[in-house]
Amino acid sequence: MIQTRALNAEAARADFPILGRRVNGKPLIYLDSAATSQKPAVVIDTMDDYYRRYNANPHRGVYAISEEATAAYESARQRVATFINAASPKEVIFTRNTTEAINLVRYSWGRANIRPGARILLTEMEHHSNLVPWQLLAQEVQATLSFLRIDDDGLLELEQLDRQLEGVQLLAITHQSNTLGTINPIKAVAEAAHRAGALVLVDGAQTVPHMPVDVQDLGVDFYAFSGHKMCGPTGIGVLWARRSLLESMPPFRGGGDMIKRVRLNEATWNDLPWKFEAGTPSVAEGIGLGAAVDYLTQFGMDRVRSHEQTLVDYALEKLQEVPGITLYGPRDSELHGGAISFTLANIHPHDLATLVDREGIAVRAGHHCTQPLMDRLGVAATTRASFYIYNRVDEIDQLVSGIQKAQKVFA
Amino acid sequence: MSDDLYREQILEHYKNPHHFGELPDADITQEGDNPLCGDVITFYLKLDDGRLGDVRFRGRGCAISQASASMLTDLIVGKPLQQLKTFPTKDLLDELGIQISPARMKCATLSVNTLRVALNGDVPEED
Repeated sequence: MIQTRALNAEAARADFPILGRRVNGKPLIYLDSAATSQKPAVVIDTMDDYYRRYNANPHRGVYAISEEATAAYESARQRVATFINAASPKEVIFTRNTTEAINLVRYSWGRANIRPGARILLTEMEHHSNLVPWQLLAQEVQATLSFLRIDDDGLLELEQLDRQLEGVQLLAITHQSNTLGTINPIKAVAEAAHRAGALVLVDGAQTVPHMPVDVQDLGVDFYAFSGHKMCGPTGIGVLWARRSLLESMPPFRGGGDMIKRVRLNEATWNDLPWKFEAGTPSVAEGIGLGAAVDYLTQFGMDRVRSHEQTLVDYALEKLQEVPGITLYGPRDSELHGGAISFTLANIHPHDLATLVDREGIAVRAGHHCTQPLMDRLGVAATTRASFYIYNRVDEIDQLVSGIQKAQKVFA
Repeated sequence: MSDDLYREQILEHYKNPHHFGELPDADITQEGDNPLCGDVITFYLKLDDGRLGDVRFRGRGCAISQASASMLTDLIVGKPLQQLKTFPTKDLLDELGIQISPARMKCATLSVNTLRVALNGDVPEED
């Protein structure tokens, strides 16, 4: 049983060893959690403990430490399933990251099901990881891509959704834009997609770490996310899909662990979820993700979201007072997750990021793997500040003061 | 080498770039870009009896990329083309006079790489 704990950023900071370090002589102010989150000591220690005490290849070892490794790895899967309210841990496929989870669907479900001439509907705000795999599949099977547009507040234009869903076999959509912060109305969009006979894949890389996500309540078909953005390690991600769909899908990669019986010229497949997990899995990373899920669960994801919403409200208010700033994404924090993009007149985002780095502030500058969205916004790049449980409002004040210093340099 | 990436000379070149503009009668027009950063530079080169008779550039991007282009124009105008075809990246970095981190090296070298493509018509050398 995980003890609940109030979410207090100051107390949470003590859990993250890296937040004690200094950068360029200043305390590290980490505002790039949308790219990857920092890791609490409990996650690092859990992985360390696995390597020190029970490192073994799981699943077929009949000796003690292999059984311990199997139990820990499968227990992590169970906890991930509970975290996103999956009906069963069999629906939780461990992958390398969100990108690989989406590519699993492309290669397995997509190749078997997308017909020539069919349409795949995406949005203008997709991360390249939920765009390029579909470009490749469309070329391969002669399908076409179409896109939901965004308005000037960075919200999806959904007035014509039913018409745009005609002839669509798959809607692939992000739950939250990693660039704009926009939280999309997945449940409503998924209902419309299902009425039109399309399946729905959701890129949840920016939502599972930051707010409650209930895959059954959302009513989607595929849901992908990464461990490293939710206090877990790199190298572990998740594809969740409805069991009946996973049962019907051909394997993704062939190899050990994903088979039941192999003869020289044929093989039969293992049960879910292992059918989709060929080769020795990322054992330490899976166990580490389990520890990350426990870590977040003690706070409760509704409180994580509420903490970040407070930061977004504060940041939007403070940033809009900066002369020459353009803010992107919704102004309503109900629709805006913990990532804020902006540009400044006369200062390129890379110059700004370099200058605030001198103050110990880590922000991201560039296209954020959303080049079509940059085209839509008419910019080459933006600066993005993104938040997590360990960020405090005074760090936003520091960012604003860092921006003001940069403006003096370029004045 | 200065550790001040935004020392006065660089900001001066960024704010008031030398040879900025276009040459309507350019013999060679060459665009170069860093798609990952969005830095863009276009060189306009006027040849004159085996030498670079005149040069202009237009561009947009970060201060490092634009200041480096401006500095490069000062270094190359009037020089023999044969010499410019192999213009060493190091000469430009020395002129910039700052420590360029690996993440910003593409910004600093966009101009010289674009010049090399303009004069040789091939891909720039690896840094």
